[in-house]
Amino acid sequence: MRRTACWGLGIVLIVTAYAETASFSREVSGDDRIRQALNRLTFGPRPGDFAQVKSMGLKKWVDLQLHPERIPENPVLAEKLKPLDTLTMSAKDMVRNYPAPGIVKQMVDGRLPFPSDPDRRLMIEKIVKREEARQGDAGALAPDAPERRNLAGILSAGEIRSLRSGTPQERLAALEALPHDKQDNVIGALPPAMRQGLFAVAPPDLRRRIEFTAGPAQVVARDLQEAKILRAVYSNRQLEEVLTDFWFNHFNVFIDKGADHYLTTEYERDVIRPHVLGKFRDLLEATAKSPAMLFYLDNWESVGAATPAAFAGPNGQRRGLNENYGRELLELHTLGVDGGYTQKDVTEVARCFTGWTIERPNLGGGFRFAERQHDLGEKLVLGVKIPAGGGQKDGEKVLDIVARHPSTAHFISRELAQRFVADDPPPALVERMAQTFLKTDGDLRAVMQTMLDAREFWSQAAYQSKMKSPLEVVVSAVRASDGNVDFAQALVNQVAQLGEPLYRKIEPTGYSNTSREWMSTAGLMARMNFAVQLSGNKVPGVKVDQTPASTDIALGSPEFQKR
Amino acid sequence: MINRRVFLRNSALAMIGAGTAPLWLERALYAAGVPTPRKKILVAIFQRGAADGLNIVVPHGESAYYALRPTISVPRPSSAGDQAGKTAIDLDGFFGLHPSLAPLKPLFDQRHLAIVDAAGSPDPTRSHFDAQDYMESGTPGLKSTESGWMNRALPKPEGKVSPVRAVALGAELPRTLRGEEAAVAMRSIGAFQVRDPQAAAEFQQMFAASKDPLLQATARETFEAMAMLQTIQKQPYTPAAGAEYPRAPLGENLKQIAQLIKADVGMEMAFADIGNWDHHVQEVGQTADQGRLADLLRTFGQALSAFWTDMGDRMQDIAVVTMSEFGRTAKENGNRGTDHGHANCMFVMGGDIQGGKVYGKWPGLQPHQLYEGRDLFLTTDFRDVLGELVSRHSGNPSLQGVFPGYSPKFLGLV
Repeated sequence: MRRTACWGLGIVLIVTAYAETASFSREVSGDDRIRQALNRLTFGPRPGDFAQVKSMGLKKWVDLQLHPERIPENPVLAEKLKPLDTLTMSAKDMVRNYPAPGIVKQMVDGRLPFPSDPDRRLMIEKIVKREEARQGDAGALAPDAPERRNLAGILSAGEIRSLRSGTPQERLAALEALPHDKQDNVIGALPPAMRQGLFAVAPPDLRRRIEFTAGPAQVVARDLQEAKILRAVYSNRQLEEVLTDFWFNHFNVFIDKGADHYLTTEYERDVIRPHVLGKFRDLLEATAKSPAMLFYLDNWESVGAATPAAFAGPNGQRRGLNENYGRELLELHTLGVDGGYTQKDVTEVARCFTGWTIERPNLGGGFRFAERQHDLGEKLVLGVKIPAGGGQKDGEKVLDIVARHPSTAHFISRELAQRFVADDPPPALVERMAQTFLKTDGDLRAVMQTMLDAREFWSQAAYQSKMKSPLEVVVSAVRASDGNVDFAQALVNQVAQLGEPLYRKIEPTGYSNTSREWMSTAGLMARMNFAVQLSGNKVPGVKVDQTPASTDIALGSPEFQKR
Repeated sequence: MINRRVFLRNSALAMIGAGTAPLWLERALYAAGVPTPRKKILVAIFQRGAADGLNIVVPHGESAYYALRPTISVPRPSSAGDQAGKTAIDLDGFFGLHPSLAPLKPLFDQRHLAIVDAAGSPDPTRSHFDAQDYMESGTPGLKSTESGWMNRALPKPEGKVSPVRAVALGAELPRTLRGEEAAVAMRSIGAFQVRDPQAAAEFQQMFAASKDPLLQATARETFEAMAMLQTIQKQPYTPAAGAEYPRAPLGENLKQIAQLIKADVGMEMAFADIGNWDHHVQEVGQTADQGRLADLLRTFGQALSAFWTDMGDRMQDIAVVTMSEFGRTAKENGNRGTDHGHANCMFVMGGDIQGGKVYGKWPGLQPHQLYEGRDLFLTTDFRDVLGELVSRHSGNPSLQGVFPGYSPKFLGLV
């Protein structure tokens, strides 16, 4: 009996293995092709998308997605992004307009100018006053209810009562009925739970003031996270959004590492996004020179041995080489860990990049080459001699070498195929993509085109085989249920709950592109709870169409977890 | 590959006639009050990012240590008043603990805490990703291993097994616990439920019918564990003996593990991690008790010490082991930090642990003694430590299956 069972099991395994290899060559047909395209090249179909692609023709639609500049952007998106004004600011402006406590202190001390916008200046001054008052009063306050005491200092008992009673809308009306200059003080004194309650019903400009008062520096990360969700939900240039997510993750930085708090917005906007369908060499250099990456992987502090800067650290302390960027450049950004480099190569690459630093990182400064930090000696990188005295060119030569290396072509192609085709992409497909990469000098649009022309992309083995990432599952659920996102912070929190806090992956590896990463008990539990909450319209800031019965079950179903 | 795992597990269960028992029966089996034999429990803590072992277990008797680290070393133990809390805490005249680890010193003195130094993975990689992967799979240098050492270390089930016999705290199941045996990842005990019971019942049916075998199996594990945890969720938890867990993820997670242990739900293996050890820059502040490493170690030491206090007599059945993917350069770098290195230290604590001793052969820090001329040389394979715990603490006799291709050499820790 047992022998039969084992025998049977053996056959099943063989057949399964065979079927898996075979079906990469058998394509899905008809409507399934449209579904495959929508599942892989967008953040999930909205009602109507399927019909639209069908009437336009699949080939034409795919071609348009590969040329996002030809797609008119959704005006709704621009409207939703408008209040998030940090998205268009330079890092320098952000530091001053949304200052962290240390910067506010420098402004008060007269070491840094206040923002030129008078309203903004007023708001910052109010924060300073409030903090001073709080610290000054600390001894006098009753320890049990400091907020109440603070509110009592601003409002009459009747006004406080009306802020605390009735529906959220009635409380909002009570707040808005107060004189304008009083409102900000009240917002600052509100207990967090009350503040959140008001936030959920407030109009956008008041929401903005609530956020700012709660902590100006926090707004920067919130804007970036919210924008990621809003773009994924609303953008017509879906493939560009998917690729921006892919490439940011490939060149990951961590927003909570010091100066990267203010540098990540421009990193995604000016470094990653413009190049996602461009040349890999350009993308690579943009990341290498970005203050965000220089800070994240510590290269800005790396100093060549025996350079003037090596002896000029604070307190006469010596500074020296830091290998962090050199290693991750080879391992994660280009060649891949098996791409054929040694520890010696890592050190040599790090020497080449000495002097690639940042102008005043904490004030949002840009790239700077510091001659005094640069190791002037000769270097040998992957067998290529880099003569002495090259200065900034040393690093650029390294980028030339690694960007055009066959290992890089394979590594990048495999990562793309893993994200878009299958967890274990067929080697033949990766090889064809790598050949395109090498022939076109790393033209990422051409590499994508090769992948999209390949039968493997449209194959039965690929179809519905990938588990959605938390971002994908949250956004695709909002899109599928025709959700209207008023504000996205609660969705941002959901994505984090499911295991993918946005812009907060500490490790330079980024999140994995494979399904296995997201297959866990805790993750599955969170997905089911999210489905129930979203479809019951219990996620603040989002309204979904509840007309189809049992949306919760559909959004939490096993099928919906796949793409 | 994915199919294989599910097939093997389900067919194994089918052969012994279990796995198809209705949920009510499982609940009955594990209902409170039913005596279950106390099992040995192994808790693994992963320090992600490569902790700087040389500043954690300080070789203060080695002059080369101070030569290599002129600005970031931990000073030799001193009894001078103005040095209090800023120097190494002497262990044996040669090694000392970082001052932030003061809460662990009593455990060492009571011989419940053992340290293994110059230990780690023999693979030469200095990639965080690869090194963590190798340490978690338990097969250094072998990338094709799909499962983790701790999953393979679970003793083969005899009859019914608890759905929470292996638990990882966190949103995702770590590599260490992936594999053929059921293992559960949870953010917290309280959060482990679908809040709408009617929807939960429908989801359960749908996932049971899913054509994706891995999804189906994961869902089954999820619902089984959920049923079991329902009883614990309603009880508030107060740590025993005034144990105070630090307010940090590791503290919270060890507290959850403690609660699971005390609930006697059949947990045998638990996993938690603590990140942020990658101190390339500003590892050490003006004095050794300041800076990023000191802060992180404070949490680390307090969390382990609180767990010990909380567990009390139960510690007889528990062993805790810590590890990190590799150590850091013996020499400090140019930014008051250290770069990626090689060998590291491991902590082992428990009632049946022969503690109060620093195990392992000290390789020295003279230039010719360093690994590749820069890092602490490795003298103990991490599998020697884990293997001994799996074999002699957890009682799994077949280490070949846990660490294929390697025969762990026991140090006499248990």
